[in-house]
Amino acid sequence: MFDIKSFYEAADVNDAVRALREDKDAILISGGTDVLIKLREGKGAGVALVSIHNIRELKEIGMDSCGDITVGAGASFSDVTNNEIIKKYINILGEAADTVGGPQIRNVGTVGGNVCNGATSADTASVLWSMDADVMLCGSEGRREVPICEFYEGPGKTVRRHDEVCTGFRIRKSEYEDFSGHYIKFGKRNAMEIATLGCVARVKLSEDKKFIEEARLAFGVAGPTPVRCRKAEEALRGMSISDPEIYERFAEAGLTEVDPRSSWRASKEFRLQLISELSKRALREALLKSGAAPCTVADIPYGPEGSTGICEEPAKAATGGGEISA
Amino acid sequence: MKSVGRELTRVDAYGKVTGEARYTADLEPKGILHAKVLHSEIANGKVKSFDIAEAMKVPGVVKIVTCFDTPDCQFPTAGHPWSVEKAHQDICDRKILNERVRFYSDDIAAVVAEDEVAAARALKLIKVEYEEYEPIVTVEKALDAGATPLHEDIRKDNVIAHSHMIMGGPDFTFEKAVSEAEARFGKENIEVIDRTYDTPRISHCHLELPVSWAYVDANGKITITSSTQIPHIVRLCTAMALGVPAGRVRIIKPYIGGGFGNKQDVLYEPLNAFLSMQVGGRPVRLEISREETISCTRTRHAIEGRCRALFTKDGRLLARKLEAYANNGAYASHGHAICANCGTVFKDLYADEMGSEVDCITVYTSSPTAGAMRAYGIPQSVWFTECLTDDICAVTGEDPCDFRMKNCMREGFVDPGTKIPFITYGLKKCIEEGRRYIKWDEKRAAYKDQKGHIRRGVGMAIFCYKTGVYPISLETASCRMVLNQDGSMQLVMGATEIGQGADTVFTQMASETTGISCGNIYIVSTQDTDVTPFDTGAYASRQTYVSGKACKKCGELLKARILEYARYMLANEVSDISKTVYAETVREAKNRLKESFGITDDEDIKTELIDLEEDCIVMAKEGAAFSDRRLFALSVLADTAFHSLDRSQHITAEVTSHCKENTFASGCCFADIEVDMPLGKVTVKDIVNVHDSGILINPKLAEAQVHGGMSMGLGYGLSEELLIDEETGRPLNGNLLDYKIPTAMDTPKLHVKFIQLNDPSGPYGNKALGEPPAIPVAPAIRNAILNATGVAMNEAPMTAERLVKAFKEAKLI
Repeated sequence: MFDIKSFYEAADVNDAVRALREDKDAILISGGTDVLIKLREGKGAGVALVSIHNIRELKEIGMDSCGDITVGAGASFSDVTNNEIIKKYINILGEAADTVGGPQIRNVGTVGGNVCNGATSADTASVLWSMDADVMLCGSEGRREVPICEFYEGPGKTVRRHDEVCTGFRIRKSEYEDFSGHYIKFGKRNAMEIATLGCVARVKLSEDKKFIEEARLAFGVAGPTPVRCRKAEEALRGMSISDPEIYERFAEAGLTEVDPRSSWRASKEFRLQLISELSKRALREALLKSGAAPCTVADIPYGPEGSTGICEEPAKAATGGGEISA
Repeated sequence: MKSVGRELTRVDAYGKVTGEARYTADLEPKGILHAKVLHSEIANGKVKSFDIAEAMKVPGVVKIVTCFDTPDCQFPTAGHPWSVEKAHQDICDRKILNERVRFYSDDIAAVVAEDEVAAARALKLIKVEYEEYEPIVTVEKALDAGATPLHEDIRKDNVIAHSHMIMGGPDFTFEKAVSEAEARFGKENIEVIDRTYDTPRISHCHLELPVSWAYVDANGKITITSSTQIPHIVRLCTAMALGVPAGRVRIIKPYIGGGFGNKQDVLYEPLNAFLSMQVGGRPVRLEISREETISCTRTRHAIEGRCRALFTKDGRLLARKLEAYANNGAYASHGHAICANCGTVFKDLYADEMGSEVDCITVYTSSPTAGAMRAYGIPQSVWFTECLTDDICAVTGEDPCDFRMKNCMREGFVDPGTKIPFITYGLKKCIEEGRRYIKWDEKRAAYKDQKGHIRRGVGMAIFCYKTGVYPISLETASCRMVLNQDGSMQLVMGATEIGQGADTVFTQMASETTGISCGNIYIVSTQDTDVTPFDTGAYASRQTYVSGKACKKCGELLKARILEYARYMLANEVSDISKTVYAETVREAKNRLKESFGITDDEDIKTELIDLEEDCIVMAKEGAAFSDRRLFALSVLADTAFHSLDRSQHITAEVTSHCKENTFASGCCFADIEVDMPLGKVTVKDIVNVHDSGILINPKLAEAQVHGGMSMGLGYGLSEELLIDEETGRPLNGNLLDYKIPTAMDTPKLHVKFIQLNDPSGPYGNKALGEPPAIPVAPAIRNAILNATGVAMNEAPMTAERLVKAFKEAKLI
């Protein structure tokens, strides 16, 4: 039994905005995988809930005429993972969504909730950060879009106002076209897990697939909010994918941009180790998905004992999963 | 044997899969009241006062009781058979609610309300005033000279008990052995190593939470339906807690969703009964949340093992010593039994040439109470022995498998203290089987001198485990069999089904002994202390062995009674049976029997000539001339016995079996792992448990039992650990998100092998299997990591963070 004062099923976004405006203590519920857990713990007992769970327009995933992709805030993690547009253009978002909790949670939990919860560990958030996605909000004062990197104010805090509903996320074509990327979630186990660290690396190569034109690096749990490592991204610009230096450069620059903390869950030292190691591994995976011949992608150097990387035949490469041009 | 050894489908499979099997919460009446417990928010101190005025105003609140309202009776909670010897009685150190707060989350008050929401709201409004003392969370702090005794009424300090055990002569000490060895072998030929190994406090994580509901029946019986492993013991302890005679308490145990030893303790049944009594006997339900289960019920003991080993450089194990410090938490529960058990196996598992010495110290601390958990101190013990053995081999350079074959406990072993024998010895056969399966020798060679950041390793661990608790404690079990009109029967065991498959194996045993087919045996799964014969319950690895003996003895008695009635029918077919509808059937049977055995008309028919097989009265196999030995169906006999005007008899049997035997089971685990050093990630590539558990009653269930245990072992080795903040005593990760049990995605394919030796002390050649599978997995993985990286991990669980730290220290990353 949950201690809930009232439950209002909003007909549409405007109706939800109105309901929130009329009750300053009401909170939104969509999938409920965060809200109900808090209620079960006794946090916010006696709350009034405004449900946006059944608003169909919030679940839509689509592409507009400019090629920008919008992901409805109410799309469940499984919706995102299985959506054809996502699979074709920004598969990394679907892969990240597929690491959340377990199947039951992924079937009801939403991307909107994942981001609006304001948690640094949200698996889809760091991917959206790496894409400079815009958060689409609708409130009493109308609609607005906020770049996701400005959306977070601190742990559990966002700029979303009480009477604003997050309707979705916009990912611009320029942010995904010709990019390939990889997300690594590091947890203490392989499922039913909140990330100890989440790492996103994405790359866009030169036409000859030999040089890095642009790179993206973002983390979850490397600071109070997701972080974007722009110095690390700059450090790779123009570098050859065959140069083993890329890994150390990427990781080292990244380490200057993060601020993980020590807690009983993991020490700062351990998280820094993960940040360094995962940024290298995610980068290598992103490069392998880029369409470049795998044997042109440098191995990650592992000190004096050497690398264990194996060069595969080019024919076996590019087996899908990467992001391709729209 | 026909029924024993078969892979019979679980008798409760359909009910459990379809959801029709009814558990405690499924049985509660409508309109039941709901209770919730108020837990202390300090770890050490005293409740000075409560203010419940605001809480009482919450609509729906019926009653609030506090530690100042409960009976002044201290009671024990351990699921041990009660002892009539004062020295062996469990420690009575807690009350239903406690004014003296001894750990964070101690039970200090409770609310009864119309629904759970009202109860939860009221809980938040109760104000408590405490007198606070410094929390003493660790063994070290609790043993400090100035530490406050947590139970000053029964112990002057925080030591619950200290025991010292030795092998190798009455005056053996490790120190003496070292100087003797120096003289005998020369200082340059021997080695001594000192190591400290740590094991974590873990949670049982049974699926069904501890839940009970209680009411007072019209006849005054305090009736509690509870998810427990030990109904008869709960009855006695609840009576002690309430200060009423045992007969006034009735415990009903329906299907339960696992216990793993947590429910081998009296948990909240006394409080639940008390709450019902406080509201005029109305039914009250008390369901403990997962978070409460983790922090407020029982845990596995965190035991620190300070180990020493003396050995020759050519690999002869001369002597070992263990000092074990068990953190028992706030209440005694099973008291010293677990740490002492840990010490016993430490000394038993290897045949130290000179001897071994064990010191076991069990300590009260202001932290969650440790109690029974699957394998009862032995996962800790075997963590110590098996880490130590591989660390010895790291010094000598010997193959750890060879070392174990040479130095492990021997055939014919009898524990000098308890006199428990190793009757059928399969330990070395298990090691050989595991070695072969995992391709030990090839892999040890292949994994030498690895480079790179990802490495493979293979490791092993062995164990031994006693089946029941005799002669340390009482072993008694009862069984009742009741024949029905159609020749089927009810099988009523005092032993409990807790998910392990007890009902199924008892059905097979009853069938084996009586000759009634499994399909015609209805086992009564529910134990009701007013109806069910006495058994101490599901714990140790005892039921298949101890309660199995009761089942066998009862089956023999029932069968004898059936055959006596059959003899009567065959002997009296003319005078009495002739009027019944079975006249022709019985006459024919009699004639065929006489013909087959060549008996003349004036000779008596003796019961030795007949038998019961597959629901039929048949001619005895011995001496029968006919191949079709069937005489008549058991249903013919049953119908006659019930309704005969001449001799009506309800054929039943009931026995108690007082078991005065015990035997060691043993086995091993071999694991092949891959370790990704920069991430501290261990992946089990292949793993096998090999068990020496005697004859398997149901091989499929036995395999499943091993799978479950191995999964627990994986969690123990790699991820599970209940963390307590040392400053405040607060649990840090007391929920299933932060407490990491392995998921299906973390579990490799688990392989199981058995060495089946017929143990004559077991009712059907069987011995312990319930607990052993959980024992050897963690140290096998640890030793595989050692093989892969050269890094010896001394603390479980071997989390990624601990591994990364160790690899950095070893300059591997």
